[in-house]
Amino acid sequence: MTVTAVRTPAGAALRRFRKHPAAVVSVVFIALVVLAAIFARLLSGHDPNAIDLLNARSGPSGGHLLGTDSTGRDVLSRLLFAGRISLGVGIASAAIAVVLGTILGSIAGLLGGWVDGLVMRLADVFMSFPSLVVIVVVAGILGPSVLTMVIAIGLFQWPVCGRIVRGVTLSLREQEFVLASRATGAGPLWLMRKHIIPAALPPVSVVATLAVAQAIALEATLSFLGLGVQPPAASWGNMLTDAQSLTVIRSEPWLWLSPGIAVALTVLAVNFIGDGLRDAVDPRSSS
Amino acid sequence: MGAFLVRRLSINVLVFFLITIAIFALVHKTPGDPIAMQIPADQLNSGSAEFIAQKRAELGLDGSLVTQYWHWLTNALHGDLGYSLLNGRPVTEVLGERVGPTVELMGVGLLVSLLIAFPLGILAARRRNSWLDYGATVVSLGSVSVPVFFVALIVIYVFTLKFQWFPSSGISDPTNPSLLNTLHHLVLPALILGFGNSGPFMRYVRSSMITELGADYVRTANAKGAPPRRVVLRHAFRNSLIPVLTVIASNLPQLLAGAVVIEQVFAWPGMGQLAVSSVNQHDYSVIVGFALLIAILVLLSNLLADVLYTVVDPRVRLR
Repeated sequence: MTVTAVRTPAGAALRRFRKHPAAVVSVVFIALVVLAAIFARLLSGHDPNAIDLLNARSGPSGGHLLGTDSTGRDVLSRLLFAGRISLGVGIASAAIAVVLGTILGSIAGLLGGWVDGLVMRLADVFMSFPSLVVIVVVAGILGPSVLTMVIAIGLFQWPVCGRIVRGVTLSLREQEFVLASRATGAGPLWLMRKHIIPAALPPVSVVATLAVAQAIALEATLSFLGLGVQPPAASWGNMLTDAQSLTVIRSEPWLWLSPGIAVALTVLAVNFIGDGLRDAVDPRSSS
Repeated sequence: MGAFLVRRLSINVLVFFLITIAIFALVHKTPGDPIAMQIPADQLNSGSAEFIAQKRAELGLDGSLVTQYWHWLTNALHGDLGYSLLNGRPVTEVLGERVGPTVELMGVGLLVSLLIAFPLGILAARRRNSWLDYGATVVSLGSVSVPVFFVALIVIYVFTLKFQWFPSSGISDPTNPSLLNTLHHLVLPALILGFGNSGPFMRYVRSSMITELGADYVRTANAKGAPPRRVVLRHAFRNSLIPVLTVIASNLPQLLAGAVVIEQVFAWPGMGQLAVSSVNQHDYSVIVGFALLIAILVLLSNLLADVLYTVVDPRVRLR
């Protein structure tokens, strides 16, 4: 095949994505956040866990650009290191959701019948439960842990992806090239790898992005409630836990403003990227 | 319609039993003797060994896991959820007094979110791709993206601490629990909860309105000279409600999740605040009661969505 396509689907998608100014700005912003999290040690200048009681609760200054918290730890350093955990939790949970959703969705689509019905009812059940409340209960009984949280968030996010992959599988199943592939002896794994996953990739990339945003927000909320990432490890959510008292809200705004803004902007940016991706891979949705 | 609802109902009952098994499995993981969760603490402490042994037998705690599960489930379904590990009060009573405040917060919050979502969604659908449409999208994305607790902190900072317009703690002043005072306390939490949930609703209203505005009957109405306002509000809007109502019912659990967080920030004495404080104090019996109650509420709102779906749309009813 030596046909050089002037407009490949991917090229056209990229062109459409670039027409979405908020999404483009968001990509740059997220790239900066990721870089800041990776190079946290270089940028911070302080040990995020170093306690300095003499300088506790001090406002932003030359030594501590974003001030210090109740035990004198540098807020900027904690913010940078927290970025690692928050982004990590977001990406890991979304990955679990995508893998589970792809496997269950293609099984449902390929096998059909009662398997399909069972998987889809299961999806309904998981979708209808608010993951936050479920994780509050699970963390309450098993004790809070990052691993439990990541698994639980992923477990409650797979249905969105599962439904999409199932839909793609159903539409592919009867197509000639898939029938040909089956006739020549292709098994379900082969079909998944060669036909289903490539076809499902564009819509799945959209829901995966949105899942990352949701997971970051959920982690922050759980950690804020004290049920997620446990101190001394810093996460954007648990940096705000102190701000449950009015005195802290009033007199130490630097403690809660910076991590709060970090979560809000990151989640917003990831959502914008997801929105832009949606318009890019499915031109009909934007019209 | 009957067959559809019967099938949905039986699925929900089955799911409920699966959930109770999951909850029981979690209970089994809790540290400590399960009998402590099922009889009041004073009886446990003062009771003789024979008394405890007799209670243990009564509660089926001597039997296999299946027997234990069965006893626990039948007791729970009869409203006996055991006793709080913290203060020895019956869990049903502890939970019961928290339901009212949460329902109040969720009800007003839902109202607020609909008051934001409907006008903005309809306007955005009528003027697609205008600055207003774009602004509405940004607002809805913002309401989904900014975590509700952070919004709450900013609002408390501005309206409670700077301007001192609204209180930010509790359901009313203990010294002055009048209706007006309660409403005064409700303003901030309800507004924040409503804003946080308005995003998804607005998107559904918008897309549902766009579908209806493109329908043939709308063109007919316009062609025969019906005033545009009337076409939008009487013709298109009423039909656009069909999918939106279902979405609202199936979003009730999400509303509850928002309420959990807001109750914590605003010291609102509802179920969410009880759950978080029980978690922090390891009051397992209350956590389990909360979990069961949530499971029932979620399944009921699913069922409500199914019922609404069949009731409002004759096409489904006749199928």
